[in-house]
Amino acid sequence: MAWQRSRIRLDNDNRAFWTGGAEGRLNITRCADCGQFTHPPREICRHCQSENVAPHAVSGTGKIDTYTVNHQKWAPDMEVPFVIARVRLDDAPGVFLTTNIVNCPVEEVDIDQPVRVTFEEQAGLWYPLFEKVPA
Amino acid sequence: MSHGPTVQREAYISGIGMSEVGVRLTRSPLKLTVDAIKEAVADAGLTLDQIDGVSTYPGKMQIFLGFSPVGVDEVIEVMGLKTRWHTGAAESTAQLGAIADAAAAVRSGMARHVICFRTVYEAAAMARPQEYPPMQRREGVSGNSQWVSPFGAFSAACWTAQFAMRHMKRYGMTREQLAQVAINDHRNAALNPRAIVKKPLTMDEYMGARLITTPFCLYDCDRFTDCSTVVIVSAGDALDEVTATPIRIAASAGSVERYSWDQAEWASAYPTGRDLWKNTDYTARDVDTVQFYDGFAFQPITWLEGLGFCEVGEGHKFIEGGTRIALDGELPMNTGGGQLGWGRLHGFGFAFESVVQLRKQGGARQIPGEPKVAVATSGGGPMAAALLLARD
Repeated sequence: MAWQRSRIRLDNDNRAFWTGGAEGRLNITRCADCGQFTHPPREICRHCQSENVAPHAVSGTGKIDTYTVNHQKWAPDMEVPFVIARVRLDDAPGVFLTTNIVNCPVEEVDIDQPVRVTFEEQAGLWYPLFEKVPA
Repeated sequence: MSHGPTVQREAYISGIGMSEVGVRLTRSPLKLTVDAIKEAVADAGLTLDQIDGVSTYPGKMQIFLGFSPVGVDEVIEVMGLKTRWHTGAAESTAQLGAIADAAAAVRSGMARHVICFRTVYEAAAMARPQEYPPMQRREGVSGNSQWVSPFGAFSAACWTAQFAMRHMKRYGMTREQLAQVAINDHRNAALNPRAIVKKPLTMDEYMGARLITTPFCLYDCDRFTDCSTVVIVSAGDALDEVTATPIRIAASAGSVERYSWDQAEWASAYPTGRDLWKNTDYTARDVDTVQFYDGFAFQPITWLEGLGFCEVGEGHKFIEGGTRIALDGELPMNTGGGQLGWGRLHGFGFAFESVVQLRKQGGARQIPGEPKVAVATSGGGPMAAALLLARD
């Protein structure tokens, strides 16, 4: 998709998520004390309130939890239809990412399909998109 | 002298009012709000000097004026009120939470008669962006919007549609079943003189409509509307000042799953629906009519399931064919047309219509018999609130 994605205002909480793709890393905030993930990222673990949290590169694989095929041009430069999906990450229990499923026809997307991350860069921001894992 | 516990008061809806309902109105949102307040205060048989509280959701939002153009402060100033309690809070349990908060205030004695309002101006704002700038979704995006907007999920339609798709894939919901929400809403709206929609919708029209985001078509999404809706909440020990038939707020509930929509595994209708029954002796079997939030057509299905009118994963079967939710059905739903038919009144319309039905003032859309109990809900994403309303 060639349309301009929303530009994010970076801060200390979200920078690792939105720039990790430059090194091929899908960074999800993880607690070094309890091992659980906090997303959206914050400076405190949402499970144990520890301050010992840091970005952690997960594998970047997951499953399509659910999705919708979007037909509405919410902005003039959007190319429709495209798939908006919620991906359940394999190795970050409880974390979902809203994303797009790319590199396949919209009618070939379904719930529970395995997917992996692929990054799209725009203006220094690395957007984690997902594509189906070949069978 | 004893300082022990006092008897808890009850809370009632004593008056209702609504401004003109329209699309791209030119009358200002503050004037619309005053129109609705005057109607509600007169309906209750009260005068402004008896009002001592004001409550709204979400309060004036400077970054999104079309969504909420009027604040509590302006209402207090322009109506010349002397209030003892007021609130206007986006960080509360969805739209009807503003009424539940007012009920808590009158029960505790902090106020006797509270104006609760919700003013929306989204259609006019879209037509006049220089006066009412839209929310920024392309540059400098922060907060929860950053997790969805970059992927083209600008609208709650895209977020809610994903819950609906899961129902189709996991539970076999069909578009024909989903269509009954819009068809029922249009049929009822056509009988409601205040509704935007004036004529019924056929299944063919529904199935032929353009898709917005699957499974939602145009008719599954509410339309930006300009309107103010008001209910007056009064303390039980102040009812001798009220001339209208009071409707008791028998219970309320509200909850949030997660603040970022995409982290909520289930819509908040489920925990909110379950919790509503914990606060009352009534059960789902006692309910005569339901007014379910339907910003998107799938949401009433989650409320049917969440409140226990059917099992989880069965809501679409409950509404199949539309007869059970029709005006003469076993559970008349969205009798005034809901948001898909009446307009996007944003939650308060459901409290308003519950009172209309329980007072038997519905005219051509009045449900038969002697309705005593109604459920009104708002929200349908990760935040939700519900009211149980009873005519004693």
